[in-house]
Amino acid sequence: MLRTIYAFLITVFLNIPTAIFADNHQEPAHQKDSTITHNEAHEHEAAEAHHDAHGAHAEHGELDLKARIKADIKHHLQDSYDFHLFSYTGSDGKEHHVGFPLPVILIDGGLHIFMSSAFRHGEKVVESKGNYYILHHNKIYKTDAKGTIEYDEHHHVLNPKPLDFSITKNVFMIIVIMSIIFIMFKNMASSYQKNGGLPTGIGRFLEPIILFIRDDIAIPNIGEKHYKRYMSYLLTVFFFVWVVNLFGLTPLGVNITNNIAVTFCLAILTYLITTFTANKYYWKHIFWMPGVPAPMKVVLAPIELLGTFIKPFSLMIRLYANITAGHIVLMSILGLMFVFANWIGSSLSFILAFVLSILELLVAALQAYIFTMLSALYFGTAVEEHHDDHH
Amino acid sequence: MEKLISEFSIGLFFWQTVLFVGLIFLLRKFAWKPILNAVNEREEKIQQALKAAEEAEKKMQALNNESEALLKHAREERDQILKEARETKEAIISEAKTKAVAEAEKIIAQARETINNEKMAAITELKNQVAVLSIEIAEKILKEQLSGNDKQKAIIDNLLKEVNLN
Repeated sequence: MLRTIYAFLITVFLNIPTAIFADNHQEPAHQKDSTITHNEAHEHEAAEAHHDAHGAHAEHGELDLKARIKADIKHHLQDSYDFHLFSYTGSDGKEHHVGFPLPVILIDGGLHIFMSSAFRHGEKVVESKGNYYILHHNKIYKTDAKGTIEYDEHHHVLNPKPLDFSITKNVFMIIVIMSIIFIMFKNMASSYQKNGGLPTGIGRFLEPIILFIRDDIAIPNIGEKHYKRYMSYLLTVFFFVWVVNLFGLTPLGVNITNNIAVTFCLAILTYLITTFTANKYYWKHIFWMPGVPAPMKVVLAPIELLGTFIKPFSLMIRLYANITAGHIVLMSILGLMFVFANWIGSSLSFILAFVLSILELLVAALQAYIFTMLSALYFGTAVEEHHDDHH
Repeated sequence: MEKLISEFSIGLFFWQTVLFVGLIFLLRKFAWKPILNAVNEREEKIQQALKAAEEAEKKMQALNNESEALLKHAREERDQILKEARETKEAIISEAKTKAVAEAEKIIAQARETINNEKMAAITELKNQVAVLSIEIAEKILKEQLSGNDKQKAIIDNLLKEVNLN
């Protein structure tokens, strides 16, 4: 339902999806000859530009603004090598960026470590232990001393990418958020001892949530007998996803759960825990489904086996898609305020953005809940004990 | 899909996995176990307190019942004792009455006997006195009648007459 609304909004306001799902070769295309149509996004922009050409000259300014909003949203959704806080236009008329650099760690015939500030936002080629690297559209490529970048006919960069273990903005925020979570719960745990079995401070707020996960997620889905083994994972994943989603809504502009790598990591952990804690009944149900005729057993086995992969895969996509969609819509509507630039349109956009922000707060918790709930459900099927083979 | 795969960052996946697994273990040791243990302990305590309260109430109820039973028993005993006392009293009174009646009868009988004896004695004495008086009267009469010779001769004549007849 939510996603339908998102999809509708996306199609109605701006042509944002093209900016997101177009590849990173969109901008070079834009800079080059606009008659060459490489991709969808480019076609859209060309069409818009054509349309605008009929209008007043002033509309070119609006096009620039739309392009800037698109670029901003795209930038917002991407990981980066430095932590950008905000930008302002100084008295000299130039745009200044305020933020701090983060360490770049590359493995490319040895370990290369340097600060991301060395790239000077992509303007400079960095030399490390005889190798040259360049930052091009937020990605690091191996290059030569002059920093040449080769493209194929689809404007894909041909330069090789080194194995990248950099502490990017997202990794940095993961560390920060994990530290916050750890300190929060460590303090909560020690407050129990100091206060004779009752939590103090934030623990009063967190304890019902922990109890909710135990009593309404873990115990009903996994069962009284086995749930204790899974509590650590369920609690950690719930609070991690929730806090990370909430941080994504702050003006810091960090979106950890809209990285497929992060949701993949969480989903694969759910998959591994399910697989390695499963009992014989679970495997029996997959490979030799009881209660159905023998030929059906043969047919069902691959389907069931595929199902075990699809379940965590759906977890991964659901979290990723919900958070990404939410951010795109929210930022698009915020962008609309500048596009309208009048009292009525901008106010309406503001109200819509405000309402959607509240909705996103709900979605942040909801997605954490769904992820935890479904993980518990999968763990439950893995440890379920069948005393008889009736279905 | 291609976009998703191209977006996949191995570095981010690596860090996320390492940090997240680390976080799970750290939180398990320092947070989840103590928190869940504390919560469980508290819940058990509450459960125990509730159970204890229930038991205390049951005990109170039992005690109440017991005291009531005791009271009832005591009341019954009291009634019994009172009843017995009443019976004893009545028995004593009736016994006393019979005894008194018997005694009185006995006393009356004795009195009657005494009176009889006294009466007999009085009669005897009266008889004796009457006899004495009679003798005295007879003596006086005789003395009177036999005071002259004529009289004495007349009597002898009478007596002789009677003897002749026989």
